[in-house]
Amino acid sequence: MSKNRYMEHRSALMAAFPHTIPVMTGYLVLGLAYGVLMQLNGYGAFWSVLMSLVAFCGSMQYAAITLLTSTFNPLQALLLSLTVNARHLFYGLSMLEKYRGLGKTRIFLIFALSDETFSISSSVLPPASINRKYFYFWISFLDYAYWSFGTLLGSMLGRLITFNTTGLDFVLTALFVVLFLDQIKTKVNLVSGLIGIFCTLVCLLLFGPNQFVIPSMVLILFVLMIGRKRLCC
Amino acid sequence: MLLTPLQTFITILAVALGAMITRFVPFLLFPENKEQHPVVIYLGKMLPPAMIGLLVVYSLKSVDILGSAHGLPELLAILVITVVHVWKRNVLLSIGIGTALYMILVQFVF
Repeated sequence: MSKNRYMEHRSALMAAFPHTIPVMTGYLVLGLAYGVLMQLNGYGAFWSVLMSLVAFCGSMQYAAITLLTSTFNPLQALLLSLTVNARHLFYGLSMLEKYRGLGKTRIFLIFALSDETFSISSSVLPPASINRKYFYFWISFLDYAYWSFGTLLGSMLGRLITFNTTGLDFVLTALFVVLFLDQIKTKVNLVSGLIGIFCTLVCLLLFGPNQFVIPSMVLILFVLMIGRKRLCC
Repeated sequence: MLLTPLQTFITILAVALGAMITRFVPFLLFPENKEQHPVVIYLGKMLPPAMIGLLVVYSLKSVDILGSAHGLPELLAILVITVVHVWKRNVLLSIGIGTALYMILVQFVF
């Protein structure tokens, strides 16, 4: 790597890292818990880390433990993964513009577009002096690394950790709340944010905690389309 | 381990394939070298706040309002985060205080 590119990467990393600190905390805790849980179900570090590296989808990885401990059925695994991960479809739609023109790096950014990476990358702008491609790369890569490293830690020495971490995973809820507050500064964004909260709450009440995400997405889409003339162009 | 190594490997690939389809489809449907339809641009602008709103609710889905704590630790922590954040606008400070308060509440109070 040329010296120039190295310096650009370095400053992008410095700019990106502070944004990822809450994710580091949350992913290390949840990744660690995942590693422990896999271990308890008979899957050692190799399998846990492989899953985290290849699939990188937190809540679905937890759901997949059930799949790994019942009869072999890859089609069911695929369908469940499509359902649980359906919300990613709207992350992609949101990032079309921001991820435009980033060359091969874009493929990695799309691959690693988790809930948390989406919430950060859609909320923060790279500083003017920072290479935009490298900035998004480091946010995505750091988050990806935290999750995989947390998984490794959990499956190797999870049961040695004794301090009480109950409630530490709330850090990710806190992250979403704070990024939400940062997003709703303009009137149009406030309306959209409230549509998101309200539609999801209604669907949570109607469909229960296991099946409300896809109905929420449909309702959000419906309300946004109805309100298009009033909210925008 | 109930599955054979090969079956485990295939299951992992199936899970990954599902996740990757949901991540890549929007970018394949709307390639970057093409002019986007106004509706797509509109949704791209409007969806981030709405989806982060969805994520706030999603991350709280297992809170049991009817349980012994009635969701009070979550409610209190979110109120404090909101006040601190509107006041100071410091992401790490707001998240740090909110998470610490939440941990104290669930470990020692409720």
